[in-house]
Amino acid sequence: MNPQDVWITFPELLVWFPLLAGLVCFLFKDNSKVKSWVLLASIITLCISFASLYFSDDVKYLALNKASYTLKYMNNANFILGLDGMGRLLTLLTACAFPIIFVATYNTPYKRAKNFYGLMLLAQSGLMGVFTAMDAMSFYFFWELALIPVYFLSSQWGGERRIQATFKFFVYTFAGSLLMLIGIIYVYLHTININGNGHSFALYAFAGVRLEPSEQNWLFWLFFIAFAIKMPIFPFHTWQPDAYEQSPTATTMVLSGIMVKMGLFACLRWLLPIFPQATIKFDTIIIGLSVIGMLYASIIALKQDDLKRLVAYSSIAHIGLMCAGIFTKTEVGLQGVMLQMFCHGINIIGLWIVIELIERQTGVRKLSQLGGVAHKAPVLTILLVVIALANIALPLTNAFVGEFMLFNGLFAFNKWYAAAAGISIVLAAVYTLNMIQKVFYGEENSITTIIKEIALHEKIILSVVVVLIFLMGVYPQPMINLTKGTVEALMLKFN
Amino acid sequence: MNTILLTAVLGIVLMMIGAFSKSKTLPRFVAIGGIIVILIANMVELLSQESFFTFNVKNMLTFNSFNLAFIGVALLCTLIYFLLSGSAIEKVGSHVAEYFALLFFVLCGVAISATFNTLLMLFIGIEIISIPLYILTGSDKRNLKSNEAALKYFLMGAFSTGIMLMGIAFIYGGNEQATFYISQLGFGVGKMSPLIAIGLVLLLISMSFKVSAVPFHFWTPDVYDGAPTVFTSFMATIVKAAGFFAFLRLFDNGFGVLQPQWQKLIVLITAATLVLGNLTAVFQQSVKRMLAYSSIAQAGFMLFAVFALNEKAKEGLILYAAAYSLATIGIFAILIKMKDYTIDGFNGLAKKQPVLAVTGLVFLLSLTGVPLTAGFQSKFYMLMAGAEVGSYSWLIILAVLCAAISAYYYFKIIQAIFFKEASSAEGDITEDITTGFKLMLIITAVLIIVLGVMPGLLTDWLYY
Repeated sequence: MNPQDVWITFPELLVWFPLLAGLVCFLFKDNSKVKSWVLLASIITLCISFASLYFSDDVKYLALNKASYTLKYMNNANFILGLDGMGRLLTLLTACAFPIIFVATYNTPYKRAKNFYGLMLLAQSGLMGVFTAMDAMSFYFFWELALIPVYFLSSQWGGERRIQATFKFFVYTFAGSLLMLIGIIYVYLHTININGNGHSFALYAFAGVRLEPSEQNWLFWLFFIAFAIKMPIFPFHTWQPDAYEQSPTATTMVLSGIMVKMGLFACLRWLLPIFPQATIKFDTIIIGLSVIGMLYASIIALKQDDLKRLVAYSSIAHIGLMCAGIFTKTEVGLQGVMLQMFCHGINIIGLWIVIELIERQTGVRKLSQLGGVAHKAPVLTILLVVIALANIALPLTNAFVGEFMLFNGLFAFNKWYAAAAGISIVLAAVYTLNMIQKVFYGEENSITTIIKEIALHEKIILSVVVVLIFLMGVYPQPMINLTKGTVEALMLKFN
Repeated sequence: MNTILLTAVLGIVLMMIGAFSKSKTLPRFVAIGGIIVILIANMVELLSQESFFTFNVKNMLTFNSFNLAFIGVALLCTLIYFLLSGSAIEKVGSHVAEYFALLFFVLCGVAISATFNTLLMLFIGIEIISIPLYILTGSDKRNLKSNEAALKYFLMGAFSTGIMLMGIAFIYGGNEQATFYISQLGFGVGKMSPLIAIGLVLLLISMSFKVSAVPFHFWTPDVYDGAPTVFTSFMATIVKAAGFFAFLRLFDNGFGVLQPQWQKLIVLITAATLVLGNLTAVFQQSVKRMLAYSSIAQAGFMLFAVFALNEKAKEGLILYAAAYSLATIGIFAILIKMKDYTIDGFNGLAKKQPVLAVTGLVFLLSLTGVPLTAGFQSKFYMLMAGAEVGSYSWLIILAVLCAAISAYYYFKIIQAIFFKEASSAEGDITEDITTGFKLMLIITAVLIIVLGVMPGLLTDWLYY
């Protein structure tokens, strides 16, 4: 079908549907019905996402042709949305994550629930936009649009220190994105005039831009700092544990499951193709930072007593590995990053669900105060153990495939870095198993005696996560095929 | 031409109303009706390029689409200002008609200083703006702070006017044609004579003074804080934008060829304004004073237009004037309704007055420069204009870091509105809010968002 004839394309549907559905939430009078509505809306989004896997054309975004048709006029920048393999994978992750989150937190009560769920769907729309934007201005626009609802969610429904913690998060990321804005402006001014139409914000124009090495060097950092803050990698990570701890768990799932992928995704889409020389020049520094961050976060995770902070630090370590994988610029490394972005999203959301279930029943999430949950809730324990094993990347689980590929790439890049990064895998096993042992085994105490087995819908949703973990662990090929085109296009820039 | 004449006439009419009518609300309705008529007259002039009145102005004023577009923006903002804060003007004192009359005289000055083509007209325009403002600043007669602010403003203003006159005299004496016409100054690209250099610097100082750029900003916080809040709102927005417009036109049309020689000075002033304005705003507890410092900080961004002097800068300044004025008028309109002007006074506004809270959020996000708002577009245009210059990249990076700092103090208000609880559950933290006021706030917020999505609606007028 000719793109011009279509009334609305899949990427647009993925962005505008959650936006509209979110706005509808604010109109609800009754706070109880809104739950069913957002669940329905998120499942529809998931269906759209599935459909987009089969029925939409790939955008050849690095080639110098017009990607998708333009939606509307904004600021000399066309509002271009399109899907390629990587975009499909991450929109699928976003689409999968929200129904899982909504079902898992179905029983969690929120004050002013309609506002909460409305903002959640707005955040989803922003995330979808980031993953489908084929034009720098719309990318920037969605990048911020995803941030604002999450800021409000965390500040309004979060823990005691929520205002300071989320504000730190906001200022960090806002400063980062403004730096990126300058980068965008400078690259825009260097884009080639095609057919005398003036400069262009489109990704194909950005990817075709010719920059002097010295220009590449400083523009690279303007972009990279914005992305590094979002991931976050060492030393830009200080907002993250506080923000994860203080946010309501549903928002933490969005933050850690999907939002941190924005940084990784943005590196792959907006950094590597535009600044290939600078990428080669600075790869050692960035991989070095990533590896330091991995070790540092793993060591701190060992010492954590709070479940949320533990998972937060473990997430920094995992993200560090993925960031290192990007800058190895090897085919297997890039492939691993894409796969692992999806897998990590699913796994960490699974972990948060378990923490949410425990915290909702007992009111605490300190390792030292919990114990013996396994006697009370065996099903929960079994499901958690699988998710935790995926977190330490045991074979048969999905993370194994991704991390194996990442280490493969890292080893090809430099074996010493790979060895250092390997230590963090060992540490991951230590703190994850320690957590299982302290929370689920051992003696029951006065706090944990009240724990009951989890409800049916919670069992089902955790089982879905576990099934996904095994499925992707045993048969990851469809996902790899999905992103193959993107990886090959990227690799062309480095050969 | 339409605007200059009609505002002057309307000012006189309002004074007469004040003399012969005792009604307290009549002046407001005349003013609102008048401003709508003037706005339409201005748009007609912009579309047809012909005025209702033909005078031989001897080319001392130019009416091109750029100038008229700016006047249109100023009039539109004034209309919204009257609609939002008109009732607050009535509460300042007993001479209601005169306040409105003085505001119209200011508008007349705005129109002259936006269309000037000779240095004399610039001087007259700036003076017509300033003198009514001295009176308005002191209009809260029984308030000592208002009196102090008026006196301070008057002394400082007179001082800067003197500097401006001296600068004009130097320029007049220094150029070979001995002319006041800025388009005929005829500077070569080469070295400038000492007389011209002194005149230029003096003019730069006096214009920086009028737009409160650092280091000539020190009067701003005291005057803005002391003046009745409604008039602060007007001074900080429309008047300041007019000052910038005159600044840009003077340095673009008059001294554009000499840009390489004064650009460094502007860069220094811009950097100082950005840093100092933002850093001091962070420490303010009173929202009114914070907005005064934030207006200095925003001036730093508007100075980018004078620094860059390109097409984007001109579009950007018009857009910035609109975006900044709308958002600031809106946030001041909310502030006027608050009982407590400190940041804590906003605690729990979201629960008590959701409409005020949400529209206030839009205004503050726009001032911060978050996408989807006009504030983002205007900052974006300014950064783009600066980037096109090619040199001084550090200034642009400094500007965005300052924008990130500005998020800090604007978000303090947002936090108070949305995430903090009011000190007492009962009792209002605001004065009575009418439905019409809420509706106007919503219209203003929608306007900001529309401009944020389609800035072309405004910037296209430049090329009409």
